[in-house]
Amino acid sequence: MGKKNVDPQRRMLLQLTTAVGAVGAGFAAVPFVSSMTPSARARAAGAPVEVDISGIRPGELRPVEWRGKPVWILRRTPEMLASLATVQPHLVDPKSQVKEQQPDYAQNETRSIKPEVLVVVGICTHLGCSPKRELEKGTISSDWEGGFFCPCHGSKFDLAGRVYKDVPAPKNLEVPKHTYLSDSRILIGVDPKGKGAA
Amino acid sequence: MQKLLAWVDQRFPLTKVWEEHVSKYYAPKNFNFWYYFGSLALLMLVIQILSGIFLTMHYKPDTSLAFASVEYIMRDVPWGWLIRYLHSTGASFFFIVIYLHMFRGLMYGSYKGPRELVWILGMVLFVALMAEAFMGYLLPWGNMSYWGAQVIISLFDALPFIGPSLAEWLRGDFVVSDATLNRFFSLHVIAVPLLLALLVFLHIVALHKVGSNNPDGVEIKKKKNADGLPLDGIPFHPYYSVKDTVGVAGFLILFAAAIFFAPEMWGWFLEHDNFTVANILQTPPEIKPLWYFTPFYSILRATTDDLIKYGLLPFVLALTALTLVSVRELKTKGIVVIIAGFVVAGFFGLEAKVWGVALMGLSLILFFFLPWLDRSPVKSIRYRGWKYKTALTIFTISFVMLGYVGTQPAEGIYKMCAQIGTLVYFAFFLLMPWISTYDKTKPVPERVT
Ligand code: HEM
Ligand code: FES
Repeated sequence: MGKKNVDPQRRMLLQLTTAVGAVGAGFAAVPFVSSMTPSARARAAGAPVEVDISGIRPGELRPVEWRGKPVWILRRTPEMLASLATVQPHLVDPKSQVKEQQPDYAQNETRSIKPEVLVVVGICTHLGCSPKRELEKGTISSDWEGGFFCPCHGSKFDLAGRVYKDVPAPKNLEVPKHTYLSDSRILIGVDPKGKGAA
Repeated sequence: MQKLLAWVDQRFPLTKVWEEHVSKYYAPKNFNFWYYFGSLALLMLVIQILSGIFLTMHYKPDTSLAFASVEYIMRDVPWGWLIRYLHSTGASFFFIVIYLHMFRGLMYGSYKGPRELVWILGMVLFVALMAEAFMGYLLPWGNMSYWGAQVIISLFDALPFIGPSLAEWLRGDFVVSDATLNRFFSLHVIAVPLLLALLVFLHIVALHKVGSNNPDGVEIKKKKNADGLPLDGIPFHPYYSVKDTVGVAGFLILFAAAIFFAPEMWGWFLEHDNFTVANILQTPPEIKPLWYFTPFYSILRATTDDLIKYGLLPFVLALTALTLVSVRELKTKGIVVIIAGFVVAGFFGLEAKVWGVALMGLSLILFFFLPWLDRSPVKSIRYRGWKYKTALTIFTISFVMLGYVGTQPAEGIYKMCAQIGTLVYFAFFLLMPWISTYDKTKPVPERVT
């Protein structure tokens, strides 16, 4: 393009108009892009779920649905609890130091409020599959102490949802907020009273 | 008739376009079997769009109705099963055709100048096609649909900083849900097909500007007769329109055989786990994408801490050393060291999961850069030396191997193979400048053979 017959003032105006037009187009895109974020209804749908756990026998796991995700409630036997200490050297984060993976009141040896009752979100921290329950000893390999195995990419977790070393999942399974309404009833999605911001 | 044509031609460049792109479009006279796949890809696009239109008349994009509406199409809609199988088997055939089409490009150096844009537009088409297939696979709302989408969208979650909100924006919810199904439907039936059509148009326009390559990699435009027509060229119509029709007939025989005798291809084209409705509480025992995604999926799964420590780290260090020896300018050396420094720091600083996603992305991005990574003066494999031939053979074998192990559990020998395959994959592209520079080529003939 020759620069000879260009009127600099008109050229400037032209560039300015183009710039303003581009900004306008950017603003016009906002409603469309925003319309794809979770709707008011989706945001409101996160209601807590109440579960009666009295029927769960020792060694039994019951899945429930909360916010469209599977939540597992596992009543651990004394042997299961004993395995939590044995596997410690093979874990990435045995002391549950990654804060956002559990509320403060579950940052302990068993990752639970009551030692025997584990409540975890059954979603692998790798890419979101739901791991298989391999609760019995020796099912995956002869030295398997029981836990969860993610079939998608082979991540392994112990019976407190803590992740093993050298698997793709980086973090322990998430323990959701939960609280005991009575000895046999829990509410998932709500912190115990007085322990608000966890 | 003649009058009508004249009337139209005065108002629309009908004859002009026809001559320019069909009856007087000169293509090399030595096209072989591998040149069928462009027109076959076009055929598959038409088949997918046509069968898709009729499926949309009966399908319902709603999590409580979708699965049943597909069963309804299969059982109650007259000929519904045929239309659905055309579409589902068609998707796999589309990818078979595209992979062969791309392999042709690798063999004959069709990506090299002046066809870089044809290649890049082709790669954009490939990525768009993958997006189209991925979103289509959620629609039947089977259990594999659900968990496949869950896993792939979670890939974005792994990106630092923007990841989680990006994944949420894509899903329109905190998990894959009705909102996700509805938007995938919208994108699958209208947005991406429009984009594909536009891209195919651009792909062909770019191709017709520079003209086709051929199995000899000789530019036919260099030798012209007195009328300015390429000596080695023949008009597309009738010569190649007839040849392509033969290709279409042969292809349709195979396609029909698959549809009528093995539409599911024993779980390869339609996975068994997708014959049960999505279950939020239960991942299928083995989650895997359909075969055409598995080479890239394998790379994702192969990236664990050991691969980074014992495979990628030495690889990057060696590549850096090699580059430092090969480039002369001090500034370039500095840039290379800085980039390598960042990558190595990233190996230690970022989770393996982030690297898995990054490498999977990179495995596609590298294809775009092939025209510049390949330094060879010749195009076609016929005149290349043993180095490129060996590299391409090993790459092809390991690509197929990656595809196969991607359908198997990520353990033991399969994991090993995936990790070796991943290294071979990147070595092919990143060592290409050296392979192609030091390869001893044969003299290229003046005219096509
Ligand atoms: C919807 C998908 C696609 C369609 C419909 C399509 C269509 C075509 C057609 C009709 C041709 C001319 C005939 C031929 O050379 O076979 C062609 C050529 C070509 N395509 Fe594609 N294509 C598609 C995807 C791709 C992809 C994914 C790539 C690779 C990245 C690619 C790379 C090329 C190249 C390099 C040529 C020129 C080949 C040569 O001259 O040797 N295309 N395409
Ligand atoms: S999603 Fe569980 S290992 Fe990848």
